[in-house]
Amino acid sequence: MSTRASTLAGRVMSAPSIIALFLWMIVPLGMTIYFSFLRYNLLTPGMEEWIGFVNYKFFLTDHAFFASLANTLVLVGSVLVITVIGGILLGLMLDQPIFGRGILRILVISPFFIMPTVNALVWKNLLMNPVSGFFAWISTSLGFQPIDWFTNAPLTAIIIMVAWQWLPFATLILLTALQSLDRDQKEAAQMDGAGPISIFFYITLPHLSRAITVVILIETIFLLSVFAEIFVTTGGGPGLSTTNIAFLVYTQALLQYDVGGASAGGIVAVILANIVAIFLVRLIGKNLDA
Amino acid sequence: MGAIRLENVKKTFGNIDVIPGVNLEINDGEFVVFVGPSGCGKSTLLRLIAGLEDVTDGKIMINGVDMANESPAKRGLSMVFQSYALYPHMTVYNNIAFGLKMAGETKAVIDEKVRNAAKILNLTDYLERRPGALSGGQRQRVAIGRAIVRNPAAFLFDEPLSNLDAALRVNMRLEITGLHQELKTTMIYVTHDQVEAMTMADKIVVLQAGRVEQVGKPMDLYAKPANKFVAGFIGSPKMNFIEGDYARARDCACVGVRPEHLLLSTEQGDIAATVKIAEHLGAETYLHVNADNIGPMTVRATGEVPLSGNDRIWLTPDPERIHRFDKNDKAISN
Ligand SMILES: Nc1ncnc2c1ncn2[C@@H]1O[C@H](COP(=O)(O)OP(=O)(O)OP(=O)(O)O)[C@@H](O)[C@H]1O
Ligand SMILES: [Mg+2]
Repeated sequence: MSTRASTLAGRVMSAPSIIALFLWMIVPLGMTIYFSFLRYNLLTPGMEEWIGFVNYKFFLTDHAFFASLANTLVLVGSVLVITVIGGILLGLMLDQPIFGRGILRILVISPFFIMPTVNALVWKNLLMNPVSGFFAWISTSLGFQPIDWFTNAPLTAIIIMVAWQWLPFATLILLTALQSLDRDQKEAAQMDGAGPISIFFYITLPHLSRAITVVILIETIFLLSVFAEIFVTTGGGPGLSTTNIAFLVYTQALLQYDVGGASAGGIVAVILANIVAIFLVRLIGKNLDA
Repeated sequence: MGAIRLENVKKTFGNIDVIPGVNLEINDGEFVVFVGPSGCGKSTLLRLIAGLEDVTDGKIMINGVDMANESPAKRGLSMVFQSYALYPHMTVYNNIAFGLKMAGETKAVIDEKVRNAAKILNLTDYLERRPGALSGGQRQRVAIGRAIVRNPAAFLFDEPLSNLDAALRVNMRLEITGLHQELKTTMIYVTHDQVEAMTMADKIVVLQAGRVEQVGKPMDLYAKPANKFVAGFIGSPKMNFIEGDYARARDCACVGVRPEHLLLSTEQGDIAATVKIAEHLGAETYLHVNADNIGPMTVRATGEVPLSGNDRIWLTPDPERIHRFDKNDKAISN
């Protein structure tokens, strides 16, 4: 796109899809914004009326909001840390010419193909169950008290499940990035006297920075709205200890039939996601330039 | 100090014998060039010396110490890669400084050495740039800068100029030769460009299929090739080989004559031939001819020669400069 004519042609050509995408986004968003200013409860049909910011006031001053905001941030942050570090380690391992590498790669990638709901059920009933679960069996065979994950460490349990689900994604992206690292560069560093650890920090990690950025941005978008894992296992509890923003909106709308309040919550969630996104892009997005 | 001696160095990949056993003596301060056709093991031999590849067997003596099982860093050698292999996320300054930093030098020492190297290589204005913002020739110089700051026992170059265009290649060739004269450090240089080999080397090592065919000064290889392979490989255009009756009359299996050692006449001579194609380069003319009873030959004539396709000519080899080979392709001394 160098000449003015080709720039213009490019804009004209891409306009229809951009307009379609814009409508696709703006219509539901506009309706949600509209609902969020109404008193709109499904238990009292026909009583809808304009109430301004009251829904927002209720949502934002509810102590459940702050609890779920904190849970959301802890969940997103922990899963990001686990998947990025775990993904780098697994990627480094799978990049080595080890025996059975092909099968290992498939095994590492497979959790990504499992639906979140199924994932949660497996973890809840087969692994983390305090009586019949695999972890409980390990603990008791070693002579320890089994942990009742969903009662005593519910948020940690959710974090482990979600991290397990997203680790393959991070591994896959980081492995491809590792494979594109020029062998000559590592050899040049070796000639320069760098050991494996220096090579990792001075050569490999900078090479991975762009891929890590992509992993963080994409995962954040999805992790802000984790729902199935919470719904299937803890239902947001005990108390509010595993309720994130997405789950809070759901309780508002479907448990209390408060469409207006849920819409306001949804808009707050959108705004929060945007704040996080802007923050992330500012912080690490420069890695995507050039 | 950088004397290197290879004793019976072997390398196999799986069950392929890439280097079946090489003995080679490289003196301190020498400029040694490895040449040979593609796939003959030049890069492998260089990487064995560098320590980037483990030897299967044999000794690599650097200044009298066997380094065959030491890590690359311990050998005190620097390497310039064909792909430059610069660190893309570091500035030119940090690229050059990296080896010194790894060696634990102080900031002040690093700064002095880097600036010094940058001055020698005309890189002072580019120190803050990233490699991505440099031209090919500049990148090449950064790669050389990275090699020289470490003050190595020897430099290893693997086809460092093959990514550059012809004009720049001539320039860099002169720069590297100049650098060698200035630093007087041992250099081992891999290339398959024989102009580079002939012009830069103190000593040429001709390799074929992992074997050393001949070692010697460029003009010695040109004047006295040890066998038919070296005779054909060194010199451009290639030497003409004449077999059959012509060779038998001279008590050998094959006679070699360089294109520049054929006397050209339009009236008479030893070998009658028909011109196929005449390439006029101005300063010289290459004639591709078809010699009667012999086959295709190449003739190099100085200056402009008013000949073109289908002209009849006669060629007379300079009797002082013909090469004779026996049936095992070994040279027979005259
Ligand atoms: N890692 C490897 N595994 C198996 N074979 C290899 C390996 N590296 C090189 N070879 C083989 O060793 C031989 C010599 O390779 P090398 O790279 O040394 O050739 P070269 O002389 O540098 O050629 P070129 O001029 O094309 O660079 C080749 O036949 C190549 O296929
Ligand atoms: Mg090579």
